[in-house]
Amino acid sequence: MRGIVAGHGEFAAGLVSAVEQITGRGAAFVALTNRGLSGEDITRQLADALSDSGALTVFTDLPAGSWTVAARRLQRERPSLVVVTAVNLPVLLDYVFQSEVAPVEAALHAVAKGHGALAVVGVPSAR
Amino acid sequence: MPSRRGTARWPSSGSRVPVELVRIDDRMIHGQVVVGWGQPLDVRFIVLVDDAVATSDWEQELYRMGVPPSMDLHFDSVADFAARYAAYAADPRSGVVLAPDIPTLERVVEAVPAIRAVNLGGIHHRADRTQRLRYLFLSDAEAAALRALAARGVVMTAQDVPSARPIPLDDLLAGRGER
Repeated sequence: MRGIVAGHGEFAAGLVSAVEQITGRGAAFVALTNRGLSGEDITRQLADALSDSGALTVFTDLPAGSWTVAARRLQRERPSLVVVTAVNLPVLLDYVFQSEVAPVEAALHAVAKGHGALAVVGVPSAR
Repeated sequence: MPSRRGTARWPSSGSRVPVELVRIDDRMIHGQVVVGWGQPLDVRFIVLVDDAVATSDWEQELYRMGVPPSMDLHFDSVADFAARYAAYAADPRSGVVLAPDIPTLERVVEAVPAIRAVNLGGIHHRADRTQRLRYLFLSDAEAAALRALAARGVVMTAQDVPSARPIPLDDLLAGRGER
C-alpha cells in the first residue's frame, strides 16, 4: 500500500529516508516538497504523483500548509483519497506495515500510533 | 511576543513592518502566513481578498480548515474589502490582508488608497516569468505593474518570512536580490 508524503523543505524526503533505514520499506512512499511551487503547481504535482504511484493516502506536514489545502482540493474529485496531516515518523512506520486493511483503516490506526508516540520524556521534577 | 498597534517587532530580524501586513501570495493561506507570520505578529485575523474565493463556499471551507480557532478569517471580494477596510483598520488586533496576484493587488490599492505598503511574499514560477528571488518570479508586465504602483507611492518589499531580509522593489527589479 503506497502513500505520498508531502511537506516543506526536506521534511518528506527525511521521513521517507528514515522509514527506509528502519524498515527497508521506504519505497512505499513518494516524497514531495513544495519548495518553489505555486499553489496551482502544488495541486498539479500532487495529482500527478497520485496518478503515477497509485497511492491512496496523502500524509502532509502541517494542517495549515499548502499541501493540505491541495490534498483537500483533490479529495473533491477523489472521494476515497485519505488525507493525514501533521504526520510524524511513528505514523509512517505503522502505516507501512498495514498492508492487509483498507487505507482509511490503516491511516486511523497509524494516526493513533502517532498520537501515542508524542511525549515529553523525562520531565524534570518541579523544585 | 509583545506587539502594539501599527508596528510589530520580532527578535530574529529586528526589523519593523506594519502589523496590518498586506501581502501578495499565490498560495494564499498556508504555513508561512499562518505560522511564519502569524506567530510572531500574533495575528488574530486574516482577510483573503479574492473575487472567486469570496463566492465559493467550497474554497472558503478549504482555507478555513487550515486556520487555528484563534484567528478570524474573512473572505472578501475587492469591492467588499474596500467597503470594510475602515473596520479592519480600526480593529485593535493584528491582521494580515492577502491578495493572490498582482492584478488583484492593483485593484485593492486602487480601491483603498490608504494602503501604502505591500509585502511581496510569494509569486511562483510560470512560463512567462523570470526568477527574481527563490520565491518571486515576475513577468515583464508584472514588473511594470509593480513599478507603476511604486510610482504612486506604494512601498513594496519582498520578504517571505519575518526573519528574512526585506528586499526593496528597486533592488529586486535591478537584480540585487538574493537568489
